[in-house]
Amino acid sequence: MSTITAALGSDRARRLRAALTGLLAAAAAVGAPFYFAPFQVFQLTMVLLYAVALAGLNLLVGFGGQISLGHGAFFAAGAYTAAVMLDRYDTGHLATLPVAAAGCFVLGLGFGVPALRLRGLYLALVTLSFAVFLPPLLKRLQSVTGGSMGLTVDKLEPPAWSGLAEDQWMYFAVLAVTAVVLLLARNLLRSRVGRALLAVRDNESAAEVMGVRLSLHKTLAFAWSAMFAGVAGCLYTWVIGFVSPDSFSFVLSITLLAGLVVGGLASLYGPLLGAAFVMYVPSVSQDVSEAAPGVVFGLLIIAVMFAAPTGLAGLPGRVRGALARRATRAATLDRTPGAPSAPGANPKSLAEPGPAAVLTPAEPAAVDADPVGAPPRTEKE
Amino acid sequence: MNAVTDFLRQVVEGLGSGAVYASLALALVLIHRFTGIVNLAQGELAMLSTYVAWQLVASGMPFWLALPVTLVVSFAGGMLVERIVIRPVQGAPELTVVIVTVGLFIFVNAMAGLIWSFTVKDFPQPFPDGGIEMAGVRVDWSTLGIIGVVAVVMGLLYLLFQHTSVGLVMRAVACNPSSARLSGIRVGRVLMLGWGLAATVGALSGVLVAPVLFLEPNMMGGVLIYAFAAATLGGFDSPVGAVVGGLFVGVAETLTGAYVDVIGADLKVGVPLVIILAVLLVRPQGLFGRAAVERA
Amino acid sequence: MRKTTALRAAAAATAALLTATACSSQRGQNDQSTAAGGACKGQQTTGITDKTIKLGGVYPLSGPASAYGTISKGVAAYFKYVNAQGGIDGRKVEFVVRDDGYQPPKAVEETRRLVEQEKVFAVFQTLGTPSTAAVWDYLGRQKVPQPFVATGASVWGTDDRHPWTIGWQPNYVAEARVYAKYLKDERPKAKVAVLYQNDDFGKDLLGGFKKAVAGSGVKVVAEESYEVTDPSVSAQMASLSRSKADVLLDVTTPKFGSQALAADAKDTEWNPLHILNNVASSAAVLQPVGFKNVQGVVSATYFKDPADPQWADDPEVKTYRDALHRYAPDADPANQFNAYGWAVASSLHKALDAMKCPTREGLRDAVRNLKDVKVGMLLPGVTMSTGPGDAFPLETMQLMRFKGERWQLFGKPVDTREEFGPLTK
Repeated sequence: MSTITAALGSDRARRLRAALTGLLAAAAAVGAPFYFAPFQVFQLTMVLLYAVALAGLNLLVGFGGQISLGHGAFFAAGAYTAAVMLDRYDTGHLATLPVAAAGCFVLGLGFGVPALRLRGLYLALVTLSFAVFLPPLLKRLQSVTGGSMGLTVDKLEPPAWSGLAEDQWMYFAVLAVTAVVLLLARNLLRSRVGRALLAVRDNESAAEVMGVRLSLHKTLAFAWSAMFAGVAGCLYTWVIGFVSPDSFSFVLSITLLAGLVVGGLASLYGPLLGAAFVMYVPSVSQDVSEAAPGVVFGLLIIAVMFAAPTGLAGLPGRVRGALARRATRAATLDRTPGAPSAPGANPKSLAEPGPAAVLTPAEPAAVDADPVGAPPRTEKE
Repeated sequence: MNAVTDFLRQVVEGLGSGAVYASLALALVLIHRFTGIVNLAQGELAMLSTYVAWQLVASGMPFWLALPVTLVVSFAGGMLVERIVIRPVQGAPELTVVIVTVGLFIFVNAMAGLIWSFTVKDFPQPFPDGGIEMAGVRVDWSTLGIIGVVAVVMGLLYLLFQHTSVGLVMRAVACNPSSARLSGIRVGRVLMLGWGLAATVGALSGVLVAPVLFLEPNMMGGVLIYAFAAATLGGFDSPVGAVVGGLFVGVAETLTGAYVDVIGADLKVGVPLVIILAVLLVRPQGLFGRAAVERA
Repeated sequence: MRKTTALRAAAAATAALLTATACSSQRGQNDQSTAAGGACKGQQTTGITDKTIKLGGVYPLSGPASAYGTISKGVAAYFKYVNAQGGIDGRKVEFVVRDDGYQPPKAVEETRRLVEQEKVFAVFQTLGTPSTAAVWDYLGRQKVPQPFVATGASVWGTDDRHPWTIGWQPNYVAEARVYAKYLKDERPKAKVAVLYQNDDFGKDLLGGFKKAVAGSGVKVVAEESYEVTDPSVSAQMASLSRSKADVLLDVTTPKFGSQALAADAKDTEWNPLHILNNVASSAAVLQPVGFKNVQGVVSATYFKDPADPQWADDPEVKTYRDALHRYAPDADPANQFNAYGWAVASSLHKALDAMKCPTREGLRDAVRNLKDVKVGMLLPGVTMSTGPGDAFPLETMQLMRFKGERWQLFGKPVDTREEFGPLTK
């Protein structure tokens, strides 16, 4: 308990430090497009945009405990909504954002209903099938979507008064949307909805007994999550200015899920790290081996998961936890020998008063009765 | 050719594709029963095994000798993969393990391309050319052969799951590794066995389908999605379900592709998926799966 | 609560830091290009000096389309060979290859890297229609030449808003016209079944074919499509065989080409004339099916097949084999994609030689003003020609029939421009 007292004691200093770091981060985010070359600003924009999609997926997978292998499809739906509006109706960029968001929200609601009955792998398949089915459907609806040739639309242009270059303007637009979306996600999770979600994820039956309306919250989680993916898709159209059915193959869905897990599930800033991973690591892989970038990329994914099984966001916490545990190890010798020593692996470790384990969002709190991704139990009747 | 023969012909065609999906679905079910995870790299491991067989045959080994050698190599390889790649994240959240298999997928695919290039390879057909005529419909020996082998593997797995102590042990491990460990089960060995067996079944699948699909690094990518669908339809833990699911998916997509013009070949992939969704909404555990029993 | 905020902020800072390190320190943006002298004054000379020329290419080295990645090896081998001979007009070629995994957003990123960071003179080849379409607006606005893209979509030539982009290989419509002419001449009453890939490539070729046979006795009676993600085309082949057509037009990529050929060979009740499109006509596609099963298959080509003994003594093919052996030892000289890379790189060499100014504008104008340019790797009778109103360098192909263990050319090269008139939107 002494650690908690210590933490309280240094509360003021901590708050100061937090404010400072926050200010610094904001300054860095605003200053970045003036420091980096346009090409790198573009890369940062892409990172932010993927982070929005990952934040949405995080609501569902990290906080809702459901798996989606089909978020690429919601991403595509958002992207195409924006592209079709720009191409056919010439609505202007800003108008596409609410429509894409609302459309994907409704689409997510539709998928949230079957999601009520399905869990784990079975839900994953339903979402995957949507992702597999969407590209041929987009090709079929040629008169609207431009078919397999796709649609080329105008990118976001900076207004004359801003005095900014195109890349800088796009960066700020995407940064603004990302900031709003991430704040929204944070507030959502701290509201009743978020607490209900966590309760459902950690123990569905108990949550229901406590009066959480299961069906409502699970469906809503899906809808919010799809909406975020749709918003990211819309931003994608703004930035890339080109959509085609084969841009949104199911590989995109898998990439998004991989990015989220690599970044850190159930962490508020894991999506940012995951997005940076998805964006930069493939190019780094190429620099290492031009002959087979895939070999390096595959190895890097595995290596990160080895080093940080709870994702990059959980890494600092794990390191601190490991250090703290080393100190207390002498006292707690009653561990099962040979049991995995990763903190996330052993549910009991969460109960330990380690400084990092108490509130760190990156620590998956749900590794108890029914881990994320577990299929229905099979027990012989 | 009249309408009935024509219809039968499409059904046979569908059964042929269905058997391909079923063969990989069996490996997915096997690893899921053993370890409780879904291995997204299963198809790629099967493809790698097939290249091993191809290399052996290309270097002069007769096919019927190369096959058992490949199966043994795959078994060892599967165990090795578990030991080296999966064991370090054992006990981490399930999704971490799934993403490790994604990494494995990308790695194996690129590696195969690096070693054997992306050029299509011909793979020896283990079954004789030609086929038999039944009710005016020709059924190829290769289709019959795949279905036959798949049926045998399904039977063996059923026996393994239901009537051996290994089956009991692995169910215990898949359900709750820590309890299983406490009951004296060597969890690590069981998991290695699971990966080894799944790799072997996958290798068999790859060798069976390679003459039909042609061997190249992306051979199993498309099959994996359908195998996943088949396993889900059947209920992710039943070998019988995997085979029935595979055949059903194959026949359903072929028939709708051929007869329903509005859907056509481009959208036929949606049909089995809609059916699966419908089935799952009625039976969330799949056709042959067992319902989850929750302990609150 | 406060603690999470602190952590979040810290992480954001870490992320920013990570990003900063990830982006290399190269942030230079010295945009001013050295002006060329004389008549070329004011034109862009980025990436070109008297001694060097820097080119970049974007290919799928990973992902589902990685089979085409080997084209970059053929291109790179050509440039290394040329450099050993003293370079292009005394300029050593530096060729930077980047991987887009066949994903348009990645293609945008890598193209921008080539233009803004590597400062290439031209983006020589983007592969695939989606990737090319994703970047041509950008390259046009940056005024960077995008010559000889590795896709045969007809839009590269019919479009008039992208003067900086141009195709090279005979476009899919031109190829369809070659088959249409052959059928109209040889089988004027043919009923045709079509198997095609459900993307720009398949649809362009099918659409071109339908237009070219319109009004003649040749009719398309059945068509089936497949997705690149499908495991096999056997179901489509079974559907097509119901049509009992006399001709099968097979518009597939290599793996599916092998599958379709095998399915056709297996089907004893349906024996159509099998027309295989150029993309899948490599010997590597036919050999796995078994040469005895593909006798009489018809296709069309425009460059020399390095596996064909007919060209064994051809000086260009010999040079190609030696150079590939020396500069790309892991690449198979018999692979047509490598030969394609060689052919397109030597075509670019000719275009660079023809530049009036050693500038980006010079290259843009040179590739649009080619007059019967001969390239060693192209078939005799196939030359590059462009001009005002014609942005298709190659529009001539020659038919070939598979006999024994190789393709045999027959008939005269078909110039589709002469036969069908210029291609318009």
